Amino acid sequence: MNWVRERASLLAAVAVGGALIVVVPAVAEIFVLFELTLFLVLAILALSLAWVWGFGGILCFGQSVFFGLGGYTYAIAVINMGDSTVPLLLGILLPALLAGILGYFLFWQRISDVYLAVITLAVSLIFYYLTGASAGSEYRIGNALLGGYNGIPSVPPINVPGLPEHQVVYGDLYVLTAVMLAVVYGGLRGLLATDFGRVVVAVRENEERAQLLGYDVRATKLTVFVIGGAIAGLSGVLFAAWGSYVSPNVFAMTFTAQIIVWVLVGGLGTLSGAVVGCVLVQAAMTWLGEAKLADTNLVLGAAFVVLVLFARRGLVPGTRSLLADLRGRARSAP
Amino acid sequence: MDHALVVGLHLLHAMASLALISVGLAVIFGMLRVINFAHGEFLMVGGYAFVLSAGAGLNLWIAMLVVAPAAVGALGFLVERFVIRHLHGDIIATILATWGLSLFLIGLAATVLGYHQQGVAPPFGTVQFSSYSIGIYTFFVILVAIVTVVSLFVWLRWSRSGLLARGAMQNPGLAATLGADTKRLRTAMFVLGSALSGLAGAVLAPLAGVLPEIGATYVVKAFITVISGGATALTGTTLAAALFGFTSQAAAFLSRPVVGEVALLVVAIVLLRLLPTGITGRYFRKAL
Repeated sequence: MNWVRERASLLAAVAVGGALIVVVPAVAEIFVLFELTLFLVLAILALSLAWVWGFGGILCFGQSVFFGLGGYTYAIAVINMGDSTVPLLLGILLPALLAGILGYFLFWQRISDVYLAVITLAVSLIFYYLTGASAGSEYRIGNALLGGYNGIPSVPPINVPGLPEHQVVYGDLYVLTAVMLAVVYGGLRGLLATDFGRVVVAVRENEERAQLLGYDVRATKLTVFVIGGAIAGLSGVLFAAWGSYVSPNVFAMTFTAQIIVWVLVGGLGTLSGAVVGCVLVQAAMTWLGEAKLADTNLVLGAAFVVLVLFARRGLVPGTRSLLADLRGRARSAP
Repeated sequence: MDHALVVGLHLLHAMASLALISVGLAVIFGMLRVINFAHGEFLMVGGYAFVLSAGAGLNLWIAMLVVAPAAVGALGFLVERFVIRHLHGDIIATILATWGLSLFLIGLAATVLGYHQQGVAPPFGTVQFSSYSIGIYTFFVILVAIVTVVSLFVWLRWSRSGLLARGAMQNPGLAATLGADTKRLRTAMFVLGSALSGLAGAVLAPLAGVLPEIGATYVVKAFITVISGGATALTGTTLAAALFGFTSQAAAFLSRPVVGEVALLVVAIVLLRLLPTGITGRYFRKAL
């Protein structure tokens, strides 16, 4: 039974992936593709947190640090170099390096969950303040002006390696992003099926037991964190290339919180859930923003509160218990 | 000499503001262990309750010291009764629900009042120290912070209800066995924490102004302060507020305000690296 279900979900993933890569670009209009590209870029970011938090058990409130660092690295490097191949790799390597340093700092001290969350959040805010304070012509790296809260505009797009005149934009960028998403998703699933993946889940389930069985918990967590940082960096690179723009807002508290919500809405502990949650929430926010029926924050906020209250244990029991409570007959459930 | 006095006053003011921002969260997160992501918005609502009622002609002090805490206390009651209680301490659900609540309150304030800053001029005017002029309101903020923390401490330490509250937070099961109504106590503590946040929001409003999104500037600092404080919420939060307020203000003096903000975060990270259980995890363990 389990075997069948596993194969079925794999088949479904392949089918959805194939449709995203092959069918959608053939039928969708260019504007729709442009917007879809953003959703898929952010879905890669959602996958990175789903991996770090859902499987590694690391409650990271600063996943946007690696995303933003990837974006900034790519923007600065590509403006200076012209060709996008090395900047793209730098935009993955630098966030992975930062994740390594930060992870060493965090996991070798055995800092508990909430503290880890706050430290990663603090790091993202440090980046927010520092990039925000970089306005003025004296803050430049090579040819790239950092621009403070205005960010870096006109970031060149990704190009075919070695051929700067062959730019990957619009429909091509969509295909590239969809392929990247598929590669990251498939890579993580493959990784989870290996011995290492099993150790990762074992550490999440019970750190002490995993350690007593002889596994190096700290090194495992560090590896998970570095992989997550690299994936978030890749997403940041694609984001900067997509909008040809990057600004300190990628480090802001609201953005960080959004990533967490994507993962929670989709369901913690799944990879596909993160992608679905990300696309659903982003689509809802975009639609609300365009429809201008009501304030986006108002509707989204109310939706989350209701979702948590009613859909956590399933819609029906949730409604029942609340109704009972409203009548003042609440009994604590066993 | 006068310069040193002015610098000292600013340092005190930074510590006091940080303590005010955090004290409500010290009760809600530090004692009740509820991760309230809407804490910043509680402060925002307090600020609006004060600014709007004062703008409607109500006495300034009644608006600040009575209306704002009462309004946010009432909000806290509703939130605890209809949201927090149903989550049964589930951390992930609490994060999601309070984050949603935070968005909802921002959206509500923006829809009703608009995305623009409102404020009230700080009362009292200024006082002259040779060549420096300082708003007397600065002294008032420091005074309110001291009075709030001290009275909370005295209540928890020496009153019967304070003892009951501490017992119910430390060991709910035992407290319930001994006949305490822990459910009502939790609600009462949540309302108290909310009211303190409302007071803080109102007291800081004349200096910082209010706008729907102002909560974001408070919430992270408050969490960092309470967490760095450690297990004994009130003492820890006060000590952490003093340390962080001093560091950030001193760094801001020596360089620029943004360096002060960064210094606060860096000190917090280093502190948690050195003392992973917070200040009171190692020192002052017998405090409150």
